[in-house]
Amino acid sequence: MYYPVKGPFIQRLFRREKLFVHAVDGVSFTLKPGEIFGLVGESGCGKTTTGRAILRLVDPTSGIIKFEGTNITSLKEKQLRPLRTRMQIIFQDPHASLNPAMSIGRAIGHPLKIHGLAWREEDVKKQVLGAMREVGLTPEEQLYDKYPSEVSGGQKQRAVIARAIILKPQLIVADEPVAMLDMSIRAKVLQLMLELKQKHNLTYLFITHDLATAKFLCNRIAIMYLGRIVEIGSARGIYQDPKHPYTQALLRAIPIPDPRKRAPKILPKGEVPDAVYPPAGCRFHPRCPAVLSTCGWEGRDFIDLLDEHLSGSMRAVDDAEALGSIDDWWAKGFAAGRRIGTQDPQRLAEKVKAVLAKATSPMQQAVQSVAVQGESLIVQFRVPEQLKQTVVGDRTVECLLYQ
Amino acid sequence: MGYVHALDDISLDVASGESIGIVGETGSGKSTLGKAVLEILPPRTEVKGSLFFRGEELGQLDKARIRHIRGEEIALIFQDPMTRLNPLMTIEDHFIETIKAHQRVSRHEALARAEAALASMRVPESRIGNYPHEFSGGMRQRIMIALALVLNPSLLVADEPTTSLDVIVEAQILEILEDLKRTYKMSLLLITHNLGIVAEVCDRVAVFYAGKIVEVGSVDDIFTRPVHPYTRLLLQSIIHLDTKELHSIDGVPPDLLSPPTGCRFHPRCPYAQAVCQEKIPPLEQFRKDQLAACHFGKDFL
Repeated sequence: MYYPVKGPFIQRLFRREKLFVHAVDGVSFTLKPGEIFGLVGESGCGKTTTGRAILRLVDPTSGIIKFEGTNITSLKEKQLRPLRTRMQIIFQDPHASLNPAMSIGRAIGHPLKIHGLAWREEDVKKQVLGAMREVGLTPEEQLYDKYPSEVSGGQKQRAVIARAIILKPQLIVADEPVAMLDMSIRAKVLQLMLELKQKHNLTYLFITHDLATAKFLCNRIAIMYLGRIVEIGSARGIYQDPKHPYTQALLRAIPIPDPRKRAPKILPKGEVPDAVYPPAGCRFHPRCPAVLSTCGWEGRDFIDLLDEHLSGSMRAVDDAEALGSIDDWWAKGFAAGRRIGTQDPQRLAEKVKAVLAKATSPMQQAVQSVAVQGESLIVQFRVPEQLKQTVVGDRTVECLLYQ
Repeated sequence: MGYVHALDDISLDVASGESIGIVGETGSGKSTLGKAVLEILPPRTEVKGSLFFRGEELGQLDKARIRHIRGEEIALIFQDPMTRLNPLMTIEDHFIETIKAHQRVSRHEALARAEAALASMRVPESRIGNYPHEFSGGMRQRIMIALALVLNPSLLVADEPTTSLDVIVEAQILEILEDLKRTYKMSLLLITHNLGIVAEVCDRVAVFYAGKIVEVGSVDDIFTRPVHPYTRLLLQSIIHLDTKELHSIDGVPPDLLSPPTGCRFHPRCPYAQAVCQEKIPPLEQFRKDQLAACHFGKDFL
């Protein structure tokens, strides 16, 4: 096997003021020629950033991107340009991808001119009409002079696809290519993508949040969560027997269009946290239904637990009095604490321990100590176990359950 | 220019405590229906027909009564919560304003109700003093729903309430909506393009195409034995986890400035005959409580 695109350990840190958004972190995968590789995850998981980094539309902070054996990570734009004809991208929003002042035909032929592959108008037009026929934009002669506002959403996306294939690329990054289209025409566009792949032996990096479409289309899939790949393997394997609790949760959450299959779902708590401060250890641990005591419990997890305890309908008045308001507490790394003030330190510590004991997660077992230090009471967590990528059958999973 | 007939000859009823799904593609008129119920259609929209709420015809009522019904009895939630919450107001302000606009209660009482509504949506009450931008998308949508529910409406109109949310958060919110529906015996008019959601949440479903209802019936009937060709093809075109083969519907939805004659689906319908071009099919009963607008409906039973 040879590997046309390789990006081991793309560690990307975007500068934003003095903070970093950990958009994508430690992501590594290889695309095989002619395969459809799915990058699946919720919004903000870094799937789009990864796709763009592969095409060098954004520059990774660190890591390597290889395309057809060439390390393209630090190529200059001029050196990159000839390679750009071999890798193309299709964006989610066909309305935004087409210049409203450029006719469909001219838009599709534009890349030929940019790359100097055809100069004479009639050569360009001939190739454009060919590409239009290929993507089903017919009658092509009539549509050639139409403007994006004059055609339907499905036709626009076909034009975007035609523009991508006119350079005869090897790799196409397709970022949610059908998400904006109506259900009744989605299948048509996907079918077209499959036909083009067969015909031109294309390789697709298919970026989507839709697990059902990914299942239908992809050979292999990587599930991303908050900038990391949590599970990667054959599409069939992942759907038959998902390993990572996040993958399991995603599959369970999909609404099933069959009222006979209505069933209560076990869902993870809360939402995807802020990527500026990703959780310690496994980034999914605060929401994970299968979480262990070693997954990465830290100070702010205790604050969340305390908040829940203090605002729940079961709250006891003397708890609120003893533990104080949530604003009295701070969290830093693996510790959380508050100034004791006028409280009885012993009573405070006992209350804290009682709150921990009531946690439904194994957070309590992760606590190293609840102790008075100077004028504060500190809850100190143990350092979590180092998370490693583990091979489980045909899959690579990043989860302590399998380590 | 002429008029766009966004909705044409629509008749629909929602029973107390029932949830009905309104499904259709872009331009089918489903959102227009939701706006018509709340009378928030764009200015200069021409509306004909009547709207009854618990036996009262809304067009015949005085302003105060309408204000009561449209403010308290019928509530609305939109797709994008961020554009509906005022960025300069805390969540508490939003609640106080909503409650005080309709009911004479003390601030203390209003606050207590706000906290209860937030708790029912599982939003920590400790965050009531925060501003909208301090919440995540899912939390904002929960707040919007809590705000809609705080006056105990008997009908909730939800226009794509979970479309901008991730699949897990969407499932969380749908679960809460179902709980609320059961607890408060509230009716729900759920407008969505996602048939999976309808199958999971609704009792009945109305399928819209190009401004008309093409089929209406119980969720079980519509999903397992649809009559109208559009319903059948739409259901087949959903890509779900068991999809083995891709299906789509030829053509595109029509331009409503000049809709097709006869059955509006006929240019895309694989079973269309001459009569479909000429005559508008009426909504007829094909099974108990299952109506479809197709000349050949009986062939698809």
